[in-house]
This record gives sequence, C-alpha cells and structure tokens, in this order.
Amino acid sequence: MINFLKYTKLYAFISILVISVGMTSLFMYGPKLSIDFTGGAILDYSFNKPVSEGEVVNILVKNSLSIVDESRQSPTRILIRTKLISDEKEALVRKDLEKKLGVKIKLLRFETVGPTLGVEVMRKTLAASFVAIIGILLYLTFAFKRMNYGVAAVVAMFHDFLVVVGCYSIISHFFGAEMDTLFVTALLTTLSFSVHDTIVVFDKIREHEKYSSLPLTIMANKAFTETVVRSVNNSLTIILMLVPLMIFGGSSIRFFAVALLIGTITGMYSSPFVATPFLVFLESRRKVK
Amino acid sequence: MKNLRFIILLFFLLALVIAIDLPENVPLKINYGPIKVTTHINPLSIHFSLGKIAINKDFKTHLGLDLKGGSHLVFEADMADIKKADRNDALESARDIIDRRVNFFGVSEPSVQTLKSENNYRIIVDLPGNEDISQAIALIGQTARLEFTEELPPDTKFATGTPDFMKVTKKTGLTGKHIKRSTIQYDDTGKPAVGLEFNTEGTKLFAALTQRSVGHKIGIFIDGYPITSPPVVETPILDGQGIITGQFTIDEAKKLSVAINSGALPVSINLIEQRNIGPTLGAEHIRKSMIAGIIGLLGVVAFMVLYYGRLGIIAVCALIIYGLINFALFRTIPVTLTLPGIAGFILSIGMAVDSNILIFERIKEERRKGNDLKSAINVGFGRAIHAIKDANFTTLLVAFVLFNPLNWSFFPQFGLIRGFALTLGIGVLTSLFTGVFITRRLIDMFYRGK
Repeated sequence: MINFLKYTKLYAFISILVISVGMTSLFMYGPKLSIDFTGGAILDYSFNKPVSEGEVVNILVKNSLSIVDESRQSPTRILIRTKLISDEKEALVRKDLEKKLGVKIKLLRFETVGPTLGVEVMRKTLAASFVAIIGILLYLTFAFKRMNYGVAAVVAMFHDFLVVVGCYSIISHFFGAEMDTLFVTALLTTLSFSVHDTIVVFDKIREHEKYSSLPLTIMANKAFTETVVRSVNNSLTIILMLVPLMIFGGSSIRFFAVALLIGTITGMYSSPFVATPFLVFLESRRKVK
Repeated sequence: MKNLRFIILLFFLLALVIAIDLPENVPLKINYGPIKVTTHINPLSIHFSLGKIAINKDFKTHLGLDLKGGSHLVFEADMADIKKADRNDALESARDIIDRRVNFFGVSEPSVQTLKSENNYRIIVDLPGNEDISQAIALIGQTARLEFTEELPPDTKFATGTPDFMKVTKKTGLTGKHIKRSTIQYDDTGKPAVGLEFNTEGTKLFAALTQRSVGHKIGIFIDGYPITSPPVVETPILDGQGIITGQFTIDEAKKLSVAINSGALPVSINLIEQRNIGPTLGAEHIRKSMIAGIIGLLGVVAFMVLYYGRLGIIAVCALIIYGLINFALFRTIPVTLTLPGIAGFILSIGMAVDSNILIFERIKEERRKGNDLKSAINVGFGRAIHAIKDANFTTLLVAFVLFNPLNWSFFPQFGLIRGFALTLGIGVLTSLFTGVFITRRLIDMFYRGK
C-alpha cells in the first residue's frame, strides 16, 4: 500500500502554484476570445509564393480593414482576424493584394460572425455549461448519497476548471490560441472526465467502507493504491490519442487537443491528489464535531 | 453451446457492419485464370419495396463543410414589420424560396434550414463544395423578376390570333419587390385562388394601375412568362390586397403562390454569419485527422498489447469491433462528420479503452485475492461494469446538454458543438454495449489466466 496521503501539503502546493500562475496570466492578459463570441471576420490566405507579413498587413490597412490580429502559419499562408467585413469587401481586398504583391491567392477560409450573434453564442454557451455542471452535481449527490463525497468531487472539478482555464490562457498569450466554442466543449469534457475519474476512486473507498471499519485515511490509501494503475493507464491511452491530434491536427483542431490534454492530465491528477485528501479532511472534521 | 450462438451472432453482426463500412467507389479487378471480375467496391445500399413501404438507404459517409469545403451561411430575418402570428409562415416561405434558388447552384446536397432562436428567426444555408461565395450570397438574396403589365395603347396593331398576354406588355413599374407576400385563398365560389399582399409603395402603384384599368386586362409575368391568362380588372383595388382567380386547382394555386413569393422574399434577410472553407483546406483536415487517428490508435494498440499481453490482444479485438460498429452507426443514422465530430470519436475510443482497462484491473485484483479464474472474471467484471456505468453517465450527461436534442433555444444550437456531442455520446453508448456483450464473451472464450 502506498501512503500517498502523507504528502498532502505538497499536492496543495502544486495545485495552488499552477492555478495562481494561470489566474495571474488570465487577469494580466485577459481572455482571448474568438470571433465565435466577439463577432468579426477571419481570412485565411494561401499565397503561391512566400510573402512578407508586413506588406500584407500594410495593404489591408490601406483598404481600411481594421486588423485585430494576424499570424503567419507558414511562409505562404497568413491568417488574419479583422472586424466584421462583407464578402464583397473581402473579394476586393484579395484582388488588391494579388495585384500589388504580384501573387495568386487561394482563399482557404473566410468566416464572419455578426456581433449580436457572438453575444448570443456566449450567453447560450454559458447556460449550457451551467446546466451541465448542475447536472453533474445532482448526479454526484445521487450517486454517493453522502454530501462530503459530492462536495469533494466538486472541489476537484472546480480545481480542474481553474487549471484548464489558467493554462489555456498562458498558451493563448504565447501561442495565439483563442477561446472559442471548441474550447468550451473541451472544458466541459474535462469536467465530466474529472468526475468520471473521481467516481472510480470514491467507488473503491465506498466499497472498503462497507467491509471494514479502518480509519478513512487507510482506506483512502488502499483505494489509491488499487486504482492508480488503472487511472494512469486510462489517461495514458487518452493522451496517446490526443498527442498525435495535437501534432498533426492542423490549426483549428490543435488547440482543442491541447485543451483536452491539459484537462486529461489535471483530471487524472485531481482525483487522488485533490478530491481524496479533501474528502479525508471533510470527514475528519465531521468526526471531531 | 452458448459460445457457438455468440460466435454466429457476432459473425452476422460483423458481416453487416463491414458491409456498411466498405469504402466508397474503389475499383476492384481480379484476373486469375478463368476468373475475371471487374467491379467497384461500394458500401451496402438497400433498395426494396414491401407493399407500400419503399426502403431506399445508401450507407455513405456524410462529411461536414469543414472537411468537404463549402459555405455555411446564416441569415437573420427582419421580422419587425410582420405580425407575430405570421412570422413562422413568413420564415417557412422564405426558406422554400431560398431552397428553390439554392437548387440552381448545382452543388450536391445543399441544405436550407430554419432556426428559431428566442426572438430571432434564422435561415441556415449549407452549400457543400461551393467556392464562389459572393455569387452564392447574391443569388440567395436576389429577387426574381415578377412584373405587372397593362394593355398596350388601343391603337396598337396586332396580327390576328395574337394571344391575349401579348397585348398586355406595357410596363407599369409594379414588380415583385412591391409584394409583401402571397397566400392561397378561396374565391366567393370556394375555388382556390392566389392572394397578393402589396407593401406600401406597391399598394399605391397597384391602386393607380387598377383605377386606370377598370374593364381592361392586366398581365402578370415572371421572368417574361405569363403566369395566368390576363385577368380583367373589375373594380379598383385600393387596400393593397389583390386576388388572382382562375380555373386553378389547389396545387396550381399553391405553385403560383410560391412562384410569386419567390419573386419577393416575404421578409428581408441579413447575413449574420458565414463560414467558407476552401476544398483544399477541407482535404487537408481529413488527411491530418486520419494520420492523427491512425498514429493514436497504433500507440494505444501497442500499449495495450505490451502492458496487458493476451488480455491486451482481446481488448484490441474488442476495440476494432467497437470502431467498426461505431462507424457503421455514423453511416446509418447518418451522422455528418465534422472536425470536432472526429475529435469526439477519437476521445470516445480513449474512453472505450478505459472500460477495458477497468475490467482487466478488476479481474487481476480478484485473482490476486486468490479467487479462481472463473469467479475472478465474474466478480471483477460485475464490479467494473458498475463503475463504468457510473462514470460514463456524466459523460453522457454532458453530451446530452451539448447536443441539445430538444433544440431548446437557450442552449447552443450550433453545428460544430453538436457534432462533437453526438459522436461522443454514440461512442460512449457503443462502448457500454461492446464492453458488456463483446469484451465479456471474448474474455470468457479466450482468456485462460496467464
């Protein structure tokens, strides 16, 4: 049996460190929302020969486009995010670019989202996330019939939420990932995965409680020892599926895979290292009273 | 005996699933001595009729616009001028008109849907493979040329036998853009007729036209073709409500009404969202996610076999069956595969593997406790399934909320998230099925301890 509960303080330190770094980044740089939520346009151009990013931007600005962000995907591919423009405008700008730079442009992607739609998408996404979280809470209370189990699982879930949002904010700042509807999807999947993992550990503790009257700490250590292999193996297979998706997945799916990856790792970590110590803590307080 | 029945059942299931999963249009040439076969491999397609029920089903992969390339356009209807009770009708008829226009593009499988979201009325147009965005948007928003004409001056000479409609070709300036909408009505004798409702400017023009044309004929043309023999104006119509009577059947009246409506969308529409993916990017997405999926799967297979040995091989078999069933379901339902949809599928593979790991670890644990193989499998399996069901429930719950099956307008109704939720949900359900019915039997049959 591994006495993993001996290092509770270390786990708390790691969690607080990761979360505070992430939250600092979120508050310093602000969330980087995609056009799904803010409205605007995305132009994804592929050129038949290498072009300079600066020149492209210059020509776009001269065409009175207000550029929000631009990034070079490769020497011949540039992704530009602007305020809302019409398709006619886009066609004009593209012609102008072709003329002035003497290149041929292939339009890989052109997306626009109206500003009111963005606000609506944001509101609905929040509503869905809220209902999903409430559903998970209700289910936990129902599944464990004991408040402390449910509370501990929710604390772990909240921990994972903060870790994913915080880490993603850092990646946003340094690698240009945006918070879009896919990110929210990844976040919700993480939450369900986190609870999934916690249930497996708690299920074990509950099983031991039925057959013995040992202190909870010992039973928790036992449950950890018995589930750790499964937990790591499980996460490993999901990671094995996600890493190639991250490397080969192409621009729009890459950061989705990254968000899921962070979620999988923190989901695996939080079950034994956050949920279980917290449960032991809650139960010990109950006994003292 | 029980195993034999299972093997037969599994065989039929696999045969069906593989028939559905076959690749599309792969040429096959066999040239072996006297046997010569030249054909194309295609997935199963069922065409038969049983009495009145005709079943036509092609099992093909439906790819979303992000993978196939094309345009996704969302229009919002401006309903400010339209009575609450009429809004749904207006939206539906706008949808029908756009549907007819979209069919002219010649893209395969265009789709035009309405979406009511809170107080917003929207029309979503998907044009797979479309590359000319500006033209598509212009065509959808255009107005077909509906014209009202009046009789040419009385001194005009006509050849004998000139049909009536040739005599009423004087332009009046009243066109389709002056029509608010057209409905089917019934005249005083109960015969179907086509009602017209003009907008403010149209009402004025129509009033002037009918005032000066009492006792004369007026012509109604769509793109230069008369839609009825020119009716005679009996009384001036001042309230902007016209009615075209004639020897119409219900069907004809309906067609006419639609034709007039297609001259004018009943509501004005604004483009609020467009997503255009070029075909090269779509093809690149498919290629990349295929590579990612294959590498990921190989990694998982290698890991399972190395770590779990014979159990791992059983798990890989179960996993292949799982993948085949899942893909067959995608083709049967059919699920439109998008990039997030593929991600959901890949994630569900990870979760299916998890079910197997849970089962194996439990069985190993029961073995360590000193149980014999049979009871270890029994007890371990039972306990694992319990945990699997519990744990998968939350995933299903999240998938349910994200998929929003009842189309509640306070939840997301967007295609991409739905695609993810759908494939994830189907994946989890399939993994419960394969976990309970297939992995179990495979373990019973092939696992002998070490």
